[in-house]
Amino acid sequence: MSAQSCDISLTVNGEPISETVEARKSLVDFLREDLSLTGSHVGCEHGFCGACTVRVNGVIIRGCLTLAVACDGARVETIEGMSDAGEIADLQAAFEQRNALQCGFCTPGMLLTAQELLQQNKTPNREQIREYLSGNYCRCTGYQAIVDAVEAVAQLRNGGKR
Amino acid sequence: MKPAPFAYAKARSLDEAIGLLATRSEARLLAGGQSLLASLNMRLSAPRILIDINGIAGLNTIVKTDGMLEIGALVRHAQAERSRDIAEHAPLIARALPHIAHPAIRNRGTIGGSIAFADPAAELPACLLALHGEIDVTGPKGKRTVKAEDFFKGLFETALGPQDVLTAIRVPAATAQSRVGFAEFAMRRGDYAMVGLAASARADGKGLADVRLAYFGVGATPLRAKQAEAALADSKVDAAIAALDNDLDPPDDIQATGAAKKHLAKVLLRRVARQHLETRG
Repeated sequence: MSAQSCDISLTVNGEPISETVEARKSLVDFLREDLSLTGSHVGCEHGFCGACTVRVNGVIIRGCLTLAVACDGARVETIEGMSDAGEIADLQAAFEQRNALQCGFCTPGMLLTAQELLQQNKTPNREQIREYLSGNYCRCTGYQAIVDAVEAVAQLRNGGKR
Repeated sequence: MKPAPFAYAKARSLDEAIGLLATRSEARLLAGGQSLLASLNMRLSAPRILIDINGIAGLNTIVKTDGMLEIGALVRHAQAERSRDIAEHAPLIARALPHIAHPAIRNRGTIGGSIAFADPAAELPACLLALHGEIDVTGPKGKRTVKAEDFFKGLFETALGPQDVLTAIRVPAATAQSRVGFAEFAMRRGDYAMVGLAASARADGKGLADVRLAYFGVGATPLRAKQAEAALADSKVDAAIAALDNDLDPPDDIQATGAAKKHLAKVLLRRVARQHLETRG
């Protein structure tokens, strides 16, 4: 009933997947190494940086602090799936337009986190945006442009003009 | 870094989890994993097996009974944050929750895990101590309840035995007389606190009774500041702040010197005393 490797079945970006994974493998390593979904990044590997953010069963989580084996039966969504589905197209456009990314390492995590914020709070103020993104490090932009982009999308989704 | 290899087992019941703990050496329980997996990734610990308790039914409920609010061990921080029962009956915990890590971590981290891990700089152990709360534990000999005062033993050390499972925490439900306060200093929103303070009291005429000040980040466990509590009960805020010189002796750590922590502890007490005077609601 226990093993160093386990069989898991889950859906990733809507696609059913069945694989055998090492028990110690993190979800983000599984996505990157076994499924070649390299949009989720591996930064600090202890929960500080947020680069590994993915969505499991509808909520964002740390891909480095979640085991792949613990995701048996789960619905996993990554930046690839959310991007292809067009769900965050407006956020992506706003990030590009406002230079809210430079190297892009943090960007997938930022986008997923911002999307969750905007689902929960349709009119966040700048302080609330900063608070929600507090677990996602960006070493390039100084955050200002990221907050600008998220704020602009909130306004846009509420029927405002860009 | 990657963790050292370990085996994995998913427990479907409390009995199964306790049975696995009894038969396997160097086993650790996996709940939300938000502290455990970080420490495994850094190879600060290397258990041989993780026993996943997330599939055990009945451990994720929030129930009010007999003047107490019971929070199941597998209640996620995010679930607790959205809970009307916690907002109404455990306002101190409601105030503390937004300070715990970040949204993605609160979506997965559990209340029971935070208490069982007992990080000395964590918010919830101090809240439990300030609220005179208790912890339900099930082990091979059955169920028992441990008071918060007796639960936190030392650095990451609790009253939990190697075959015990923490199943719930319980705090007295707030009344119209309840007063709570919470404040902390952290380098970044969501980081572990440099110093923090969780406080509770009961309004008694114009003054306060049953003042409980539980500091975190100032020692190996959350710590009560008992002389300051007595002074605050007499509405002497300045005397309470001076009393912290006797109550607290924080060691230096990676974040701040002991002297800086003591200074910050005093600043927090003034802030929390102000919150205490606010009426509830």
